[in-house]
Amino acid sequence: MAVSTPARPREQGTRGFRAPVGDTVREKFTQVVLLLGTLVAIAVLAILLIDIALDGVGGLSLDFLTNYTSRFPERTGIREGITGTLSLMVLVALMTFPLGVGAALYLEEFAPRNRWTRLLETNINNLAGVPSIVYGLLGLSVFVFFLGFGRSLITGALTLTALVLPVVIVASREALRAVPREIRDGGLALGATPLQVAARQTLPAAIPSIMTGMILSLSRAIGETAPILVAGAAFSRRADNEPWNLTEGYTAIPIQIFDFVKRPQQEFQVEVASAAIIVLMVLLLIMNSAAIVIRNRYSRNR
Amino acid sequence: MSSTSTTDVVGSAPSGDPVGRSLTTPRPRYGERVVLGLLWLCAGVSVVTTIGIILVVFVEAFALFGIPGVSVVEFFTDTAWRPFTGPESEQFRLGVLPLLNSTLLITAIALGIAVPLGLATAIYLSEFARPRVRRTVKPFLELLAGVPTVVLGYFALTFMTPVLRSVFGADVVPIFNAASAGIVVGILIVPTIASISEDAMSAVPRALREGAYGLGAARQQVALKIVFPAALSGIVAAIILGFGRAVGETLIVSLAAGNLPPPDVPTADPFQQVQTMTAYIVQAVGGESSRGSVTYQSIFAVGALLFVLTFLVNLIALRIVRRFREEY
Repeated sequence: MAVSTPARPREQGTRGFRAPVGDTVREKFTQVVLLLGTLVAIAVLAILLIDIALDGVGGLSLDFLTNYTSRFPERTGIREGITGTLSLMVLVALMTFPLGVGAALYLEEFAPRNRWTRLLETNINNLAGVPSIVYGLLGLSVFVFFLGFGRSLITGALTLTALVLPVVIVASREALRAVPREIRDGGLALGATPLQVAARQTLPAAIPSIMTGMILSLSRAIGETAPILVAGAAFSRRADNEPWNLTEGYTAIPIQIFDFVKRPQQEFQVEVASAAIIVLMVLLLIMNSAAIVIRNRYSRNR
Repeated sequence: MSSTSTTDVVGSAPSGDPVGRSLTTPRPRYGERVVLGLLWLCAGVSVVTTIGIILVVFVEAFALFGIPGVSVVEFFTDTAWRPFTGPESEQFRLGVLPLLNSTLLITAIALGIAVPLGLATAIYLSEFARPRVRRTVKPFLELLAGVPTVVLGYFALTFMTPVLRSVFGADVVPIFNAASAGIVVGILIVPTIASISEDAMSAVPRALREGAYGLGAARQQVALKIVFPAALSGIVAAIILGFGRAVGETLIVSLAAGNLPPPDVPTADPFQQVQTMTAYIVQAVGGESSRGSVTYQSIFAVGALLFVLTFLVNLIALRIVRRFREEY
């Protein structure tokens, strides 16, 4: 099926258009200034990556990945952070996927155009703008104390789920919207009910873009520090996190980075912290590459 | 609902059906109703989250003012923030202004960096860059937007601060300072401002540009005098959203700006240690504070203020974006 993803309508016409000559000096000057402005942020990004690579590469080793955190910089590792981050990832994915896709299906395919729906949409947009630390407060008050989950893995996972759910819903809606009308009409014309069309035609056609959005949202979730820091993540545990041990304490790589940077010893603050940053960034890079691969394979198939 | 076709049904009515099922109305599908109900519930989770956040933050915040020795008026007017001693102590002062001042100081520095850089990026990408340059630059901006903030906090503390100290002198710039954190927060929000502004400028109708070109305008005149003003409301919305992000930023400020509320309020000195609202929340959560204590409840009072601030800002930005979309 020829499913194309129509981007939002944009005015592309004047791009590549050669403007009339006449004031080339001023034009060149403006252009150079703007280009320099554009390059600053990218230059900072480059400096950041190089700085971290130089600081951290010496601290990387197999032991660093498999050892528990220690008081001694040369013996420390981030094993509990890695297992914690992976456990959080699994749990957040398991919760956000059905909830996010369900909400997106409802809003995009079934919701009546009325006040309630508009309220829902405004609400989701507003939630996406709430600072992540506020979700931590939600987690602390509701999951840690009110529901009595304590400072446990499930608390962290629920907090991160609440945080990324709006993002997942928005991404999934865009994926569903990109499925051409004709596919739905075809299904309906053959006598399928709207729900059958949604489940067997629209959703399968949109799944690759939904997956891309999911992975990108997950990578945002596992890079977050503030919400789980507030919702009771520990700095170190000296024990593995497993996704099925919901009620045990937890930590995550970003939390450990925060802890390392805060420690007084220079070795922790620079070498160990940046080694942990490299691990986190590589994990994020893998996830983002996976998202890009899915997106590309999908668009090539059509 | 799909309508069942009523033509060509002669003799197809099931003869053994005493009820005589109608061919014109579809058979009720109760299973489908259940599924639809479930989907509706999924969408409702976001409302529950919002209500949860609002309830939690405000109920816990109001509990703060129920503690003897804590007053609402002082919270909003007192110029000192010393919450850890407890209300019995002489030293105890609970005025949020120093935290608010710190947050606004950091945000101002951040916007001072991010607005020129973000707008330059947006104008360049939207009006000047060739498609190939655009395709190269945009992924890097997305990459920058995806760097975890704890990493940027590390960068602010271990790279930006030493740079500032060597430029301005180590006696002028303390290790924890507002400038370093503010600059890095600014870099963080460049992608936000750039991408939203660029969308706004790309949405300016082609006719406007062509009209200007037809009158003999050069490309930079079109970019700066036609497209930029036409996209101004979208650009303002982008800046407001950037403001909201800077206000809520946590890790960069708690790692690089320090944990000391400024002693004199108001202050605009960038080379001093400050404690923002978010940094206070992180610091107070780290200490073992029990429920009902001043420290625990004050976390939520500060959080409530943060929530109200960012919520209003986002609401305004969304309004502006919606209005500018309707214009064309």
